[in-house]
Amino acid sequence: MSFAYPGGIDCDIHPAVPSLQALLPYLDEHWREQVAVRGMDELASIAYPANSPLTARPDWKPAKGPAGADLVRLRREALDPFATSLAICNCLYGVQLLFSEDMAAAFARAVNDWMAKEWLDRDPRLRASIVVPPQSVERAVDEIERCAKDSRFVQVLLLVMGDQPLGKRHYWPIYAAAERHGLTIGIHAGSAYHNPPTPVGWPSYYTEDYVGQAQAFQSQLTSLICEGVFNRYPNLKVALLESGFTWLPAHLWRLTKYWRGLRMEIPWVDRAPTDIVRSNVRLSLQPVDGPPTSTKEGRDSLLRIIDHLQSDELLLFSTDYPHWQFDGNAVLPEGLPPDLIRKIMIDNPLATYSRLALTAAKEPVR
Amino acid sequence: MSPEDGTILTADAAERQSRSRLRVIDCDVHHALRSPKDLHPYLSKRWRDHLDTYGHRFPVPFTDGSPYPKTAPALSRTDSWPPNGGPPGSDLAFLQKQLLDRHNVEYGLLHLLAPHGMDQRNQDFGAAVCSAINQWQYEHWTQKDRRLKAAIVVPGEDAQAAVAEIERWAGNTDFVQVSMVTHTIEPLGRRRYWPIYEAAARLGLPVGLHTSGYNGHAITGGGWASYYVEEQHNVAISQQALAISLVCEGVFERFPALKVVIVEAGLAWVPSVAWRLDRHFDRMRDELPHLTKKPSEYLRQHMWYTTQPADEPERPEDLRRIFDWMGWDRVLYATDYPHWDMDNPGQSIKLRLSEDEQRMIYADNARAVYGFA
Repeated sequence: MSFAYPGGIDCDIHPAVPSLQALLPYLDEHWREQVAVRGMDELASIAYPANSPLTARPDWKPAKGPAGADLVRLRREALDPFATSLAICNCLYGVQLLFSEDMAAAFARAVNDWMAKEWLDRDPRLRASIVVPPQSVERAVDEIERCAKDSRFVQVLLLVMGDQPLGKRHYWPIYAAAERHGLTIGIHAGSAYHNPPTPVGWPSYYTEDYVGQAQAFQSQLTSLICEGVFNRYPNLKVALLESGFTWLPAHLWRLTKYWRGLRMEIPWVDRAPTDIVRSNVRLSLQPVDGPPTSTKEGRDSLLRIIDHLQSDELLLFSTDYPHWQFDGNAVLPEGLPPDLIRKIMIDNPLATYSRLALTAAKEPVR
Repeated sequence: MSPEDGTILTADAAERQSRSRLRVIDCDVHHALRSPKDLHPYLSKRWRDHLDTYGHRFPVPFTDGSPYPKTAPALSRTDSWPPNGGPPGSDLAFLQKQLLDRHNVEYGLLHLLAPHGMDQRNQDFGAAVCSAINQWQYEHWTQKDRRLKAAIVVPGEDAQAAVAEIERWAGNTDFVQVSMVTHTIEPLGRRRYWPIYEAAARLGLPVGLHTSGYNGHAITGGGWASYYVEEQHNVAISQQALAISLVCEGVFERFPALKVVIVEAGLAWVPSVAWRLDRHFDRMRDELPHLTKKPSEYLRQHMWYTTQPADEPERPEDLRRIFDWMGWDRVLYATDYPHWDMDNPGQSIKLRLSEDEQRMIYADNARAVYGFA
């Protein structure tokens, strides 16, 4: 069955590092030796346990090793079925989770070089996010500068839960570098697990961790806005990835209300949070965290909550491959109007990722 | 917060008329100690001495107050400082006049915000503080005005002591719920808190969870935020985490009679949390075999939410959809008197409500939850 909306730009796919061994060629001698001598384990984040149903859709799960590690399968499973024109690779290898900034910087560099050589060089539809070590802002900026020369890198990737809220001035050099190079800041679900994943401690269940990502996104959006990131970097685009989006209207109602009441504390925030989000913040489509669209009532409710966003420019097409968010090629929830679909699939991604226009898409290499 | 704050004395005729029609059960009223020494009569000599020597010690940096300085002295409306010279909420007569009489409040549900017993680092002292607060509430507030109803404050991190405190007051109709802080050491669904739910369910007391407290954890999953305006958000966001925990741990499966009221965390987030829970529960049902229903059904049957601070969509009617999705019977009115962001009955909810809808939100829903005749 061919996909009804070809040419989309998939803003969140996850090529996987097959194993630490695969990164060895991209590490310098010191770190290669460290890996061997210390018997280092995989940097696989507990945000995605290998066999959790969410981590890999059953028909996308290989017999061995992590899902998403094979380019041939990724083409066949993530790109071709949706006639995707471009797809942005967000590698979730757990570089940000380390405590040593030296080690994190070395692995970030290795992941980016691996990404360019093993993925971007081999399929012209692929673009990628720069993995940076937020453990050291200085080295994160170095890595941005190094990778920005390659226009196939279109974004800087951060996790939604790290050591400090992302609005903090501490991180601003990262935003300055991103804005300077026309890179979007992608904030992806997941945690460094340097703090409990909720403000009330460690939950018992994986389901809670995953559902709770929405709370972390609310906190980060609040931080970015209140600290004045968008006042200082007005051209910065932030994409919230694997974030869900139905939490956004309620959050903005409250944030805007409290901004009105408490502006004296943050006088630099000279626009309503709602307006800031509409100009600077975007969210990926999958997982669609709305009501099930198997009934008319559900479809109506989904359209209504999308209407509560009061903008058709906020959502970005994503499959979240290989995570199991939908079956078959039902990546778009039922009942969306065609105009909105076009915006989600093509117009909004192009407006969000200015670097996509720098590299014209060529015919896919098979 | 609403622009009407502070203009209460000049309310126009239409508003006066609507007020006279409204009977209000106010699910969030803040009384206050006039002096820290108000608790002395209810503490043993050991704990009096301890209080005077070491003071209250919470897992926070400062001896006094919050690491996030608020936006107004005592967090309160400028016109709420009573003639007795004490802080806002410390003078019963003034509270009666400014809140209960003026706004036709049938019942006012008290939540004491300071001090707490539950998040004291010294747990024995915390239990003593809770007992003292409850006795003080009884003698100075609920016995003096039958409209005022207290919450049994409990040292919830020590479940055994908490249950003892609940049992001490259960059956006393001045106390209509059990209250815990919301920034707890573990998510509130975890087993260490279950004896509290068992006692509350057995004794027919809802658990009222007013946004509050310190647990030593960063205020977001990604570290400490900078500003009070962020704290305002994050304390509400943590109530979302708390609701998720209660559902996923199966608290309502184990205690089917338990009722939980979320206070001062807003409510427009409820449908989104319900959808997310259902969606991911569908995918990971094998992790939660102890749940026999969809997560949203537990929320729908066991949890209620107070209105203040009223959610204010740009298009007021958007709020109607939220109420439709979460259930109109889940919505309980609250003023948050005397705080700076207090909501005034009849003015704060911008949505145009039918008379039936008004009656539900302003009084009847709370009447049903708390069993008021």
